[in-house]
Amino acid sequence: MPGLPGAARALMLRDLRLLWRRRGDAFQPALFALLVVVLFALALGGEADTLARVAGAVLWLAVLLAGLLALDTLFRGDAEDGSLEQWMLAPVPLGWLVAVRTFMHWATTALPLLLATPFLAELMHLPRGQLPVLMASLALGTPLLSLLGAVVAALTVGMRRSGILVALLALPLYVPVLVFGAGSVAASAQGLDPIGALLLLAAGLVVALVLAPLAAAAAIRIALN
Amino acid sequence: MIPTDRPAPPLLQARGLRFARNDEPVFGPLDFSVDAGEALLVQGDNGAGKTTLLRVLAGLLRADGGEVDIDGERARASRRSRAIAYLGHLPGLKADLSALENLNFLCGLQGRRRGQLPGHAMAIVGLSGYEDALARQLSAGQKKRLSLARLWLSPAPLWLLDEPYANLDLAGIELVNRMVQAHLRSGGAALVTTHGAYAAPPVRTRLLVLERPVLESAT
Repeated sequence: MPGLPGAARALMLRDLRLLWRRRGDAFQPALFALLVVVLFALALGGEADTLARVAGAVLWLAVLLAGLLALDTLFRGDAEDGSLEQWMLAPVPLGWLVAVRTFMHWATTALPLLLATPFLAELMHLPRGQLPVLMASLALGTPLLSLLGAVVAALTVGMRRSGILVALLALPLYVPVLVFGAGSVAASAQGLDPIGALLLLAAGLVVALVLAPLAAAAAIRIALN
Repeated sequence: MIPTDRPAPPLLQARGLRFARNDEPVFGPLDFSVDAGEALLVQGDNGAGKTTLLRVLAGLLRADGGEVDIDGERARASRRSRAIAYLGHLPGLKADLSALENLNFLCGLQGRRRGQLPGHAMAIVGLSGYEDALARQLSAGQKKRLSLARLWLSPAPLWLLDEPYANLDLAGIELVNRMVQAHLRSGGAALVTTHGAYAAPPVRTRLLVLERPVLESAT
């Protein structure tokens, strides 16, 4: 009988293989974020001073929207081909599989974006001194967004088409993350201490790590009923 | 022979099991039991609740009443997942993975019977040579055979087979019957739904006929 680590390994291996088979899709979130940033830069006129002032907020927004775009793929494929049924029948808790799947989804959609952030920040003329704060806030904020998104994606997994509904359900949950994430960068731009906002993000992440997989698992059971 | 005070409890026992959807009964209350080495044929017309019954037994749906015992003990989620292998309408295969990768993943998730290898199981279901074919390239019947290979590898003693004959050719139907026979001989049990058009496996069988509940006609 597989234990928790065995099942997690099998699921991670599967997701990495699937990612490799569709490696074109893997760049989608990063490309979307690039698109948003470039459009913002064009619309704002491309002056370094103007861009630098909004850079933190724009980058956070780009990352959040790219994550929202990728959210629907979290469980939909597995629901449609019956994989979720087999997950529910497995001798490991569904919440554990949901947590592993969410982690892999974060690692394959948000992590590339995180790695591209210094480049995007340069594009937006973000002052170098603010980059560490931006990276720290994104490193704490994106897994939190993924976990919150997992609950929403699980709730809507039983619906044929859920596009706008996912966004409507997710946005109120995303707002505090955005406020504290972009807020930490703004605070450091004004010479204030960003640590309070970062700690709040970290606290949110810890709570979500425990509760979100359980909530998402319960939602999947309801949605597939 | 060691004398036993009482016979072994049935592998699966349902008492007063019923299920309703939006207050309209789908089936039940049903009482039945399946011993090890036995097959239970669940027959009924379309819409009689065969699939729903199997999903309730597998734990995918929650029953509205009644009890299910496995090996004489109340069926909790952990006990169910260890005792039951479910073959449903959806194969649960990832289209972009090869047949063997799909099997390996499902074995990693649900466990594997001691001494059985995925490659061997694929040969048993007649898919040798298709190990590296992507699941999207397989026909519906071949996907069914791959699901049967997954079932064969499962360590669970109780098989719930929902329309296992669908999409299969004559050799495939024969294959299902042989697999069920071998599984029963090794001490397992199987619930097989069918609408009665196919030959049942030549094993000790009980029959459970579901009838479509009379719906109150809309006026």
